[in-house]
Parts: sequence; C-alpha cells; structure tokens
Amino acid sequence: MNLLTIRDLNLSIHGAPILRDVSLNVAPGEIVAVTGESGSGKTLTALSVTRLLPRGTDLSGTVQLGETDIVGASDAELCGVRGSDVGMVFQEPMTALNPVRTIGDQVAETVLVHSNASRAEAMEEARRILERVGLPSDRFPLSLYPHELSGGQRQRVVIAIAIILRPKLLIADEPTTALDVTIQAQILDLLRELVREFGMGLMIITHDLAVVANLADRIYVMRSGEVVEHGETDHLLANHKHPYTRILFEASRHQVHLPPRPAPSPLLEVRGVARRYKLPKTRLFAPAAEVEAVRDVSFTLERGERLGLVGESGCGKSTLTRAILGLEEVQGGEIMLGGEPVFTDHNPNLAVRRRMQVVFQDPFGSFNPRHRVDRLITEPYYLLDDPPKGAGRAEAIAESLTAVGLSPDDGRRYIHEFSGGQRQRIAIARALIIKPELILFDEAVSALDVSVRAQILELLADLCRTYALSYLFISHDLSVVRSVTDRTLVMEAGRIVESGPTAEVFDNPQHPYTKRLIASVPRIPDLQIMREVSPNA
Amino acid sequence: MRAFGSASLSLLVGGALSAVFVLVALMSFLWTPFDVETLDIANRMKPPGDAHLLGTDHFGRDILSMIMVGARTSIAVALIAVGIGMAIGVPLGLTAAAQKGGMIDEVISRGNDLVFAFPSLVIAILITAVFGASAVNAIIAIGIFNIPVFARITRGGALSLWKREFILAARVAGKSRARISVEHILPNVLNLLIVQGTIQFSLGILAEAGLSYVGLGAQPPTPSWGRMLADAQTMVSLAPHLALIPGLTIVLMVLGLNLLGDGLRDLLDPRIRTARQ
Amino acid sequence: MLRYALQRFLSLILSLAVSSLVIFLVIEVAPGDPASYMLGINAQPETVAALRAELGLDVPKIERYFAWVGGMLTGDFGLSYTYRTPVAEMIADRLWVSLPLAIYALALSTLIAFPAGVYAASRRGRTGDIAVIGATQLGVAVPNFWFAMMLVLVFAINLRWFSAGGFPGWDAGFFGAMKALTLPAISLALPQAAILTRVMRSSLLDILGEDFLRTARAKGLTERQALWSHALRNALIPVLTIIGLQFSFLLAGGIIIEQVFFLPGLGRLVFQSITQRDLIVVESVVMLLVFSVILVNFLVDLAYAAVDPRLRSR
Repeated sequence: MNLLTIRDLNLSIHGAPILRDVSLNVAPGEIVAVTGESGSGKTLTALSVTRLLPRGTDLSGTVQLGETDIVGASDAELCGVRGSDVGMVFQEPMTALNPVRTIGDQVAETVLVHSNASRAEAMEEARRILERVGLPSDRFPLSLYPHELSGGQRQRVVIAIAIILRPKLLIADEPTTALDVTIQAQILDLLRELVREFGMGLMIITHDLAVVANLADRIYVMRSGEVVEHGETDHLLANHKHPYTRILFEASRHQVHLPPRPAPSPLLEVRGVARRYKLPKTRLFAPAAEVEAVRDVSFTLERGERLGLVGESGCGKSTLTRAILGLEEVQGGEIMLGGEPVFTDHNPNLAVRRRMQVVFQDPFGSFNPRHRVDRLITEPYYLLDDPPKGAGRAEAIAESLTAVGLSPDDGRRYIHEFSGGQRQRIAIARALIIKPELILFDEAVSALDVSVRAQILELLADLCRTYALSYLFISHDLSVVRSVTDRTLVMEAGRIVESGPTAEVFDNPQHPYTKRLIASVPRIPDLQIMREVSPNA
Repeated sequence: MRAFGSASLSLLVGGALSAVFVLVALMSFLWTPFDVETLDIANRMKPPGDAHLLGTDHFGRDILSMIMVGARTSIAVALIAVGIGMAIGVPLGLTAAAQKGGMIDEVISRGNDLVFAFPSLVIAILITAVFGASAVNAIIAIGIFNIPVFARITRGGALSLWKREFILAARVAGKSRARISVEHILPNVLNLLIVQGTIQFSLGILAEAGLSYVGLGAQPPTPSWGRMLADAQTMVSLAPHLALIPGLTIVLMVLGLNLLGDGLRDLLDPRIRTARQ
Repeated sequence: MLRYALQRFLSLILSLAVSSLVIFLVIEVAPGDPASYMLGINAQPETVAALRAELGLDVPKIERYFAWVGGMLTGDFGLSYTYRTPVAEMIADRLWVSLPLAIYALALSTLIAFPAGVYAASRRGRTGDIAVIGATQLGVAVPNFWFAMMLVLVFAINLRWFSAGGFPGWDAGFFGAMKALTLPAISLALPQAAILTRVMRSSLLDILGEDFLRTARAKGLTERQALWSHALRNALIPVLTIIGLQFSFLLAGGIIIEQVFFLPGLGRLVFQSITQRDLIVVESVVMLLVFSVILVNFLVDLAYAAVDPRLRSR
C-alpha cells in the first residue's frame, strides 16, 4: 500500500503546461528523491501534494495521500491534511520563519491548529520536538526569535514544525541547498534518523545528485515537467537508460583535464594579510567590537598555476578576494602582483589592477542590463592608457567572444537575451579581453545547473590550453575545486589551515577541519559499471 | 494577461488626461475664449451655458478661460518644484549611496530627516512670513519638500545596485565611484525617478492649490485653481458651480497623473514585466 | 532595547536643536524691524529703541536664540508683538482646537484604512479589491479643502445636519465640540485614509508573498488564519511609518481646513500673525508644528521596536 500515489498529474499555470503526466509513489518509511535541473518541475510536483500552488494553477490527474484525494479535496480538508498528515521543509531557512514570533510559538502553532491541546501542552510538545531536532531548550529557549539562530539552526526549527505531529509523509524541497556543506551533512543525517524513527515517508527534492545517491531508496529524474526515468537508487546509478540521466550523472562527476603548468615563478604574493571589520556598536559607550575576517594569510600563486581556495560561508574568502582585487585596503601585510603592490599610499594601484580580472558568481547580476554585450565586455579597457578603438576594438571583441564559444555577432545583443551559462561565458570574455595575467573566479560556477557547469569547466580547461591562464578559483564547492585546480588552500575562520597539491589535500587531508569538510561532501558512489557504460570515462 | 491589460489602461487614461491638461495650459498662451482680466459685472455668476461654457465668476470672468490659465500656473509650479527636487535630491542620493556609512552619507541622511520635519505648508508659511506671498515662494516651498523625497528614493535604489556584481566589475575596471554613479547607477534608477516624478508632480498640483487657497501661493490677478476655490467659498450656496468646476479640474488632473505614474511603474518595473512573460 | 530608545532620543534632541536654529535664522533674515513696523513710519527713534529693548531685540542674535530656546523649554514663548499677550497662552487656546482635530482625523483615517486594506489584500484581484483600489485612487486625488467645501455644501447647507463652521468651545459640552469638528475631521481623514489603505494593502500583499507565510500554510492554517496571525504584524511596520507621517500632515493640513470651517485653531492664528507681521507668533507656531512631527517620529521609532524583535535586541 502506497502512502502517496501520484498518477498522470498534469499542471498548468495560466494555461501554460508545466507538468506532463507525472506519476510517482512513496511507500511508508521510504525515502524518494525527485531530481532534475532548474525548470524541471520538481518543486511544483512536491507542492502539488499539499496543493500549496501559485495562483492561476490548474491541476488534473490523481494525487492520493493515504485516504485523501488531494486533487478533489476542499480547502478545509486540505488544511486538515497539511501539517498533520504531511509536513513540509523548504529551501531557504533564513526566510521560512516569521521574524516577529518566537520559535516556540511557531512550532507549537502546528499542534494548536490541529488539536484541542492547551497552549501550555503545545509548548511542552514544542520543547520536546525541538530537543529531538537538536535544539535543547537549555541552550535554545523557546523564547528565541529566528534572527537569533544560524541558518542550520533555523532549518532545524522548520523541520520541528513539519514533524511535530508525526506526519506520515515529509516533503523536503532542497532542504540543504542554502546551507554550508558541514551543516548539510548534519541536516541530512537528522532527516535520515527521523524517517527511521517515525516510519515516515520522505520525498526529497534536490538538484544535487550526490545528495540523492547517498540518501534515497528510489530516484525520479525529471526534465521539462516530465519524469524521464525512475528506479531503485543503486540500479539507476548502475544502469540508467535515458540519455538525460546519463548527462546529469556524467556532468555531476565531471572531471576536466588541465594542461601541465610551466615552471614556477611567483605571480601573486600574499604576505601576512589581515583585515578587521568594526561590528555595529552594541553598547553605547563601549568601543565597537571587531571581527577579524582575515588573519595573517600568506600564500603565493605561481605563474601558470591554477590555485583553489575553499571554505564555508563567513570564512573570509570573499574579504580576501576583495583585498586581492584592490577593492578594499588591508590593515596588515601586503599583496603583490608580479612584484608590485596592489595598494600604494592607500590608493589602488591601477598599473597592477589592469593585470587581473574577475568572474563573479551571479550570472544575472554581473552585467548592467542597459548596455549591449560589446560595451559590457570592453569595460576593462577603462584600465588601459591606450585602449584599442575602431577595427582593433571590434577584432578584440570578436576574439574573446569566439574564445568563450559565442559568436562575434552576440556583441550587439543585450544581456537578457542570454541564458545563465551564456552569461557566465560573457563574464569570462570580459575577463579575457585585456589578456590579464591573473583571473579570479569567485564562485563562478556555483549558480549553474550541473550540465551547464560541466560545459563551463570544460571551457576553462580549453582556455588554459590556449592562453596559459593563471587563476585563483574561489569556491565552497569542493568537487569543482578538485576538478580545475593544481593546488588548494583551505580557509577556516579567516586563516589558511591547510594547503598543498589538490589531489593530496583531497585524498589525504591533514587538518581536522579539512577532514571534516571533505567527509561532509556527499559523493556519487563510484560504480565500475558506470565507467563501462560511459564511453568518455 | 489581464494584469497587463489594466496596466496599459491606466497608462492610457492617465497619459491622455495629463496630455489634455498640458495641451490646454499651452493653448492658453495663444487663445482663451475670453480675456481673464476683463471684468464683466453684468454677466456675473452665470451658470454654465451657451455664451460661457462653464459659466462666470463673481466678477463676470469666464471660468473656462480661468481654468485654462490656471492650469498654466499649477503645472508650472508643480513641474519646477519637481525639477528642484530632482536637481538637488538626485545628486545627494547618489553621493550618499556611493559613500554609504561614511560622513557624507550620515550628513545627507540627517539633513533629509530634518527637512522631512517641515511639511511644505510649514515651509511656505515661513517663507511667506519673511518675504511675502507669491507663486515663486510656493515653488520654493514645494521644491524644498521634494528634495529629501528624491534623495531618499535615489539612495535606496542606488544602495541595492551597489551590492550588484556589475558594479563590482566596474570597480575592478578601475572606475571611480563618481563615474560608476553616473554611468551605471543613474541609468538604472531612472525608472524609479520617472515614477516618483509623476507622483511628486501630482502632489505638487495639490500642494499648489492648497497654498493658493490660503493665500500663500499665486497672487491676483494671476488665475489659479486654488484661489478660484477660495473666492468661491462664500458663494458656494448661491453658485455651487464656482466651487465644483475648479475642484473637479484638480481631481481630474491629479487622478490623471497618478494613473500615469501607476501605469509607468508597471511598464518600467522589470520585475513585473518578467513576471508577466 | 534601552540602547535603541536612547539612540532615538538623542536623535530627537539633535533634530530639535537643528530645526529650532533653522527656524530662528529664517525669521531673523526677515527684512524690516518689528519695532519700527509696529510703531509706523513716523515713530520717534527713541520710542523705537525703547520698544526694541522691551521686545528683547537689542541683544546679540546668539543670546536671543538661547533666550528663545530656553524660554520655550520653560513654557515661556515671549510676548506677541501685536497684542502684547504671552504667545504661550495664545497658542494654548488654539491648540485645544487643532490638536483634537488632528487626533480625531487620525483615528478616523486609521479606522477606515485598516479594515479596507486588509479586506482588499485578502480579496486580491477580485471585485472587492478593485473597488477599494478605485476608491483610493479617487481619494488621493481629491484636495481636502475642496472636499471640505463639498461636505459643507451637502451636509450643512442642504441637509442642515451640521453647522457650516465655527466652534462652540469645549465649555459648551464635549459632544457639541466634537460635532463641530466632525466635518473637518472627515475632510482631513478621507484623503489620508486612501493613502493608508493603499499602504496597508500593498504591505500585506508583500508579506503574503514571503516564505514564512508558506510555512504557515504548510502547518494547516487557512489563508485567513495565516493573514491574521502571521502577516498582519509584519505588515504593520511600513504602516506605522505612514501613520507617523500622517499625523504631522494632519496637523499641518488642519491649518488649511480650519480656514474652510472658520475654526479658531493654529491656522487662523498663523495667517493672522503673518498679515500683522507678528513674527514671534509665526516662529513659535512653526516650531511647535515641527516639534510635533519630530516627536511623533520618535514615538513611531519606539513602536517599531515593540513590533519587531530584531530592533529590540540591539
């Protein structure tokens, strides 16, 4: 007997079809993953189970949850099911909780909505369940407000809200995507334990195949509103049939081959760099507290070297990036590029700045929407004393657009005409146009879908062959750093705690933090069969 | 689709109403049905009819002609006041955002708060107490009140832009904060400013009418809608059209500008536009 | 919390200090000497000098500023140039009309706007919402003094439910006084209610799109329950700002409405004083209006903290 049965589900929003004939089922105690890239319809499939859908949505087909026919249910029936028979956990813990009500209040509310329990009883129940999800009330009183908790702790509160009534089904929509990798591991463990303990069914929506492979009993792969393939996890990993599934799996474990690098000669030297920020004052007359974002960081990037910098959010890698780019002055130490300081006399040194470029994370925020691509990618020309004009300029534009796999004609178009992956190519074209000696990639592929990410990484390897690039690749994503760097720095709380050749750091980590970090990364099991199936491996 | 329809409807109606008033005001320079300064006591307080389309006032002046010339005053005062607000407020807002958290930002923000404590009527009272009443004082009073409005909206829009990566990219390209403000920030807050400009324009029309009504605005013999209402007040029971016509004129003009502002906001806001696609 | 309140209080003091200085300086640049103006062009220089001394105009400006501010702190606003009576008394009498009018109007505006805004937001896109939006669109376009004239025309002249103007005074009984203030309050309140309704509606709609509303619905709350228990308090933050701004607007706007209804409030006093060049009265009334704006903003800041725990913990 299935807990949840979805059969031939069709969904359209304002008449535009989104889901086509989706069929899916979850048994009690089973973990089912729904995966796919953005726009695959996986989230809407999940929301259909409780019918918490956007306005203008039209639903047809069967969604049977236990005894309830969800598609035909009245609003009152649905409210009875939500929270009681099915709990939901969402992606963004920072905004999923009401900022003006205490956590105890918000957890207890689920009980109060569905039973006649008194407020005191509901609060007691909330205290117990918060303790179960790892927030004991001696350290995390019920009277705390959401802003007093970290992202991971907030996600625990959201989980508590969802499971307090022991629902038969828990739906988790990208529950760990917004979290750091070590926190992600903890939350996934918690979910796994809760499923076992309560005998719940878990439907987990994620784009991350590695998470899926380690957690789920069965997997559904979706693309453009359809289920393209499904099966037992082990079976699917070993013999998936659908070409899209193969593309997804290959892209997720994609490794690029970097060309060998030239003999070492120092390009970027970072010596004992420190950067402190003043925190907002908390006491009226006491001096403002300071946070040391970067403490005594030193490293050298050799000419032609591809260096990785990994760390979790708040470790200081963004501050360090801004300091290297000369956007912010450091308070201690020095940063030199090719022997010249990035900052001289409290002013950024333009002669140095024109020798480096940067590629940012957000393919949608990196460009002024009002300029054409040719104007966008020539912005670094501002750094040159004598930038090319006329035919020379057009030639340079054509060259860098071609180098990143676009056509010279794309220069006349506006940025909104391009997809996320294409925009990231344009960002790389902008970085290449002045032939910099050093490029900083700041989470440059983190916002991309896996298949697109694989293409961009491949482009990077190609460019290394053509232009002998030197770059610093900053990312929270360890698998990507492993793929595209020669050497890796690991940063924790403002310090570099470990550095060494990439393969060595990943295979034989020395520092406890690195060990923990690497152990937390979910991996797709390395099945021999896959290699045989895949012709490229 | 329906949302799009209603947005273009308010744009259409608002744009048409506003255009009519601007045209009428411009036309009054060339032609009005009667001369607004000629008194015709024999024909005083005539109701709307054939000779005088909208009737005459207590001096026998043609109301339609006075409305036409009054539109000139209203529009000029409100428009120049918006101009003053933008010319001073926008650079202040851009500077404050570019130096966020610094001394300049602090001073500008405090200054804004301070000006906000002086409603335009209070400014007008102060100026009039010192220099006497005139249309110019009304412009200055409304204009000063507009400065912090534009400074705030510019600063708010600019601050969210400064966090975007394309601004960081421009800084990596070595551009100064001033240059980035002009080249990247200003074009991207322009939509906000256009929408706010229409709103302040309509508020300016209302404020001008209020100031003229209490005698702090345009002085006789310059016709103005607010003073027509003040003149009508004692005769409202005898000749209600004297109060009705200028009042409805103000309502229509302000309504038109507000609809235009709403329509422009929906048209120019990329968030709404993409949501519709 | 205490730190936040103290910070806001310091900012209140600073704003008061700077705005009093601005008002003083503006009035000081006024051309013409009050004493010579009061005595006419034929006055003897000695008489003028005596009057200047009596009015305290012969001391240096900086001393006069501090005397003025110091006086206001102790409730002494000086003597009217025209009537030679204490300005404080003149203002106090008028304040008993203007202040109740502003409060009355604010209460009306809030009482109309809250239900209307919540109703419109909960019926987004449906007929009820469109009707409310249409009404507010009209409401913000109507000049309040013209609206007041129309109210007089309908309710006082034609229906004779109210008198067309004047104020019997509070001695004549609470209800009589309130009745006299009712039409003025309505004409002030309705255009403001239109603005407040729009803010309430859009602020609620913003909040209804937030993630935590989805969390609330996922718990099994109905749309209505989620709106009342989760959206309303969050939506209140921008609404409070507007209410704060409106109070000052109502107090200043009352000056115009008082003219329509012949109410003996601050408006009448200030226009009279402008004509008579009784600048010390103008100066004091303006300072009082500005003070009330700054004070209300301070109270709004404190109200934020009551609504938003993120401010309390600072």
